[in-house]
Amino acid sequence: MPCATCVRTPSARRGALWALLWLAIVLGAGCERPWNSPYPDAERASDTLYRAFTEPPRHLDPARSYATDEVEFTGQIYEPPLQYHYLKRPYQLEPLAATRLPEPQYLDADGDPLPADTPPEDVATSVYTIEIEPGVRYQPHPAFARGPDGAPRYRDLSPADLEGIASPADFTHQASRTLRASDYVHQIKRLASPEVNSPILGVMSEHIVGLADFAERLRAARDKLAPGEHLDLTRHDFEGARAVDDRHFEIRVNGVYPQLRYWLAMPFFAPMPPEAIAFYNQDALAAKNIGIDTFPVGTGPYMLTENNPNRRMVLETNPNFHGERYPSEGAPGDREAGLLEDAGRALPFIDRVVFSLEKESIPYWNKFLQGYYDSSGISSDAFGEAIRIDADGDPHLTETMAERGMRLATTVLPAIYYLGFNMNDEVVGGDDDARKLRQAISIAIDYESYVAIFLNGRGLVAQDPLPPGLFGAREGEAGTNPVVYDWVDGERRRKSIEVARELLAEAGYPGGTNEETGRPLLLNLDTPASGPEFKSQMDWMRQQFDKLGIQLVVRATTWSRFQQKTADGNVQLFFGSGWMGDYPDPENFLFLLYGPNSAAENNGQNIANYQNDTFDRLFRRMRDMDNGPKRRQLIDHMIDIVQRDAPWVWGMYPRQYGLYQSWLANTKPNAMANNTIKYLDIDPAARADKRLAWNRPVLWPLAAGAGGLLVLLLPGVWIHRRREHRAVRRTAR
Amino acid sequence: MFAYIVRRALYAIPVLIGVNLITFLLFFVVNTPDDIARMQLGAKRVTPEAIDTWKATHGYDRPYFHNAEESGLAAFTDTLFFQKSVKVMAFDFGRSDGGRSIAADIQARMGPSLALAIPTLLVGMAVNITFGLLLVFFRSTAIDWGGVVLCVVLMSISPLFYIIAGQFVAGKLMNLVPISGYAGGWDMAKFLVLPVVIGVVSGIGSGTRWYRTIFMEEYGKDYVRTARAKGMGDLRILFVHVLKNGMIPILTGVVVLLPLLFMGSLIMESFFGIPGLGSYTIEAIQNQDFAIVRAMVFLGSVLYIVGLLLTDISYTLFDPRIRL
Repeated sequence: MPCATCVRTPSARRGALWALLWLAIVLGAGCERPWNSPYPDAERASDTLYRAFTEPPRHLDPARSYATDEVEFTGQIYEPPLQYHYLKRPYQLEPLAATRLPEPQYLDADGDPLPADTPPEDVATSVYTIEIEPGVRYQPHPAFARGPDGAPRYRDLSPADLEGIASPADFTHQASRTLRASDYVHQIKRLASPEVNSPILGVMSEHIVGLADFAERLRAARDKLAPGEHLDLTRHDFEGARAVDDRHFEIRVNGVYPQLRYWLAMPFFAPMPPEAIAFYNQDALAAKNIGIDTFPVGTGPYMLTENNPNRRMVLETNPNFHGERYPSEGAPGDREAGLLEDAGRALPFIDRVVFSLEKESIPYWNKFLQGYYDSSGISSDAFGEAIRIDADGDPHLTETMAERGMRLATTVLPAIYYLGFNMNDEVVGGDDDARKLRQAISIAIDYESYVAIFLNGRGLVAQDPLPPGLFGAREGEAGTNPVVYDWVDGERRRKSIEVARELLAEAGYPGGTNEETGRPLLLNLDTPASGPEFKSQMDWMRQQFDKLGIQLVVRATTWSRFQQKTADGNVQLFFGSGWMGDYPDPENFLFLLYGPNSAAENNGQNIANYQNDTFDRLFRRMRDMDNGPKRRQLIDHMIDIVQRDAPWVWGMYPRQYGLYQSWLANTKPNAMANNTIKYLDIDPAARADKRLAWNRPVLWPLAAGAGGLLVLLLPGVWIHRRREHRAVRRTAR
Repeated sequence: MFAYIVRRALYAIPVLIGVNLITFLLFFVVNTPDDIARMQLGAKRVTPEAIDTWKATHGYDRPYFHNAEESGLAAFTDTLFFQKSVKVMAFDFGRSDGGRSIAADIQARMGPSLALAIPTLLVGMAVNITFGLLLVFFRSTAIDWGGVVLCVVLMSISPLFYIIAGQFVAGKLMNLVPISGYAGGWDMAKFLVLPVVIGVVSGIGSGTRWYRTIFMEEYGKDYVRTARAKGMGDLRILFVHVLKNGMIPILTGVVVLLPLLFMGSLIMESFFGIPGLGSYTIEAIQNQDFAIVRAMVFLGSVLYIVGLLLTDISYTLFDPRIRL
């Protein structure tokens, strides 16, 4: 028989339920894991780096991937012969898979060796012989797996064979093999393959001996293939690249091309085992999106174990990685900044890297603030929250960010964004009057205010085509564009608008009116319409031209149509173009103004179609020279020419801002290297603690909300009761 | 009914051909094959030879509708429209212009889209119907009037505001759920709570008003007066009899939506990082990927036709007076 105290009334039961609910909430609030963590609990203290990507990578095939967001993955997986030193500035090449930096052997037209100091014009061919490190092995991969008969295990796969297979890691048999020099040659051949369509085939065909002809031969060979068949590049050879033995291969270039060494640090020249291509050239795998474009096969410190470009990409350490050490030398100040504390330690430090897709900047930023990303850029929306600019114009972290231990690093990228004139246009192109018109516009467009208004100061106003940090780039008064600026009291001062108006009048357009026709000067600006700030940017641009009385017609278009128009020379002025340097050599920027590189005439990258014989002659000499005083002198001369001719309004060099959490170590921006994750280190315990502290659930608003709802219910109850009683009274009457 | 279904299926064929044709025309009015090639090849060092090779590899080197170099039937079949359309009509979507298998992508993305859309639809219906019935219950009172005004206010707010405010309050200020992301298995629940709640809340305004209108109409009918005369309580009349009779237009309205749930939600998926079909389509449009756009428009059309067919069939199930 139950005791009297054990009998629960309904109200007592309700009370007990509420107490249990609150207990659960309080216990939940005090638990040792954040509720809002987007990662599984098991990863809480793991040695995992968390990053975001904003666009799904399209190509992970190293012969095709060129975009920055693609190279961020391929750079960690593939090992080209060379790499950039992580810490040293200016940027320096060092061996990666190669044993040393290759030196060219010059040959004359008969193939006889020439001394190293032979003038470039006397050199017929340069031969780069590259020796690769011994014992380097590929990541485990089913492409290398062989059956008992020694034949590749996974060939002629049918859809039924791939039940439950979503990635190469799902295959039962995984194997590896030693890296061979022929794998590098195979990759160079792939640059010419019509099945690959590499973006650098054009530029490499100009330099690598016989590559253009080889591409033609491959195209002819492919046309003879039956449907479903693929080119087997091991059966096709060409003279520009060959394997000498298992550890040596050579590349032959026409004349001299010192910039080849920089290309050798890019994934385009990473090794590609033929087995991988043969494995991936199976329709059943392609139907599951398993291919060289989705699952790379490399020798680098990481391998891609999960590729869901719509959600996340996961890199894990390659168990066969040959090993590398953290650098023991750096740039001045690196030791003081703690960047050499890990000198000599084996790389990589981090076991796993998880990249999550974040298309929108607001969630990305908020998750970084919550500690769920270890590093982040700064969008315009978040700039004020993260950065304060001091009286000298220098950026610093806001107090909130500094209190969280975050670190700010800024670097000027080797890139330039500019407004260009089509030099083939009869109004803005040409010499004399047109030059004065261009100079006037260059003065009138106040890029300082553009950078301040639209970029939160994240850019340096450009003086010429060479970004800071490159050989030949000048600073101070020497680096000031005398057409647009005066050097006054130790600083640059933009020339007054009156100077621009005088130039405009001298050009034949006083007050913005054509003195011959009496009509107002009207210019057309082509630009790709993009982003929410587009309209305000174009309004600002019109204001700049208004200062001179010039009417500006903005012709917005899509990005690809804009490219087509500039390539065809079907523009007058164009805005929105830029160039991100492939390598830190002045040639890679000055070639954008090299006459034979004109877009309209020769389908090149000189989309302003600028042509100046002196500049072109100097460029050819400068291009083939090693860095030194003579080269600097030539570059100075070339810059003087283009500053005077003003084929571009020089625009700005973008400044990259990076934020790093306190638990992330060894962070140093490197705009050239793409394989820097291996140098990073994290403190997972510190991260877990901070995440917990920053993400404690706040529950009182829920209770307040529930209370508010109850209060809102009261009038309803009151109305209902009144209505019911009234009905009763009516019935009673 | 079988004959009706067959007849409707046959009607669908010219409709789908028309949809294919219009999609093709609209896409290529805005984009040329060269634009598509440039988009795929990237911004740097693209040569005309690379563009030509890409077009040849992907079949964009053919004339649009008539191939003058061919004769007979081949003049019409060896064209861009025919080659790109026939396989789609057979549900063979092939590869995207970026090289990925469209069928595999659709298969992978359908799950997340449904995981978001189904709970949003069901919970949203339950909430909206309840609120609609409550407004009818409190008809002609300040609560009804205030509720309608509140509905109009809720309808007037941009869905984007709900998303950003929801992420800010629940994800950032209160730290209750992840701001964005997605996971498979049971872990998906914590990622879906917030988008589902936001999806439901953002739909309350329009949904409640619609249901209120339906139920108000039902409430004025004779059987309700009879029930009241027999002494039945208002709550019971509404939640049993009015709800049951009001479900006919509701369900037929919802059935047409069911197939479209596969197509996902554009904004929601993008902001919450849910890898569904909604973001797939919008990405394809941004990337000028005709293969995906064509496949998704075709799939959307097929699903819409299926939805309409299901609606017709559902009429017969809910209303015995209707025969097909």
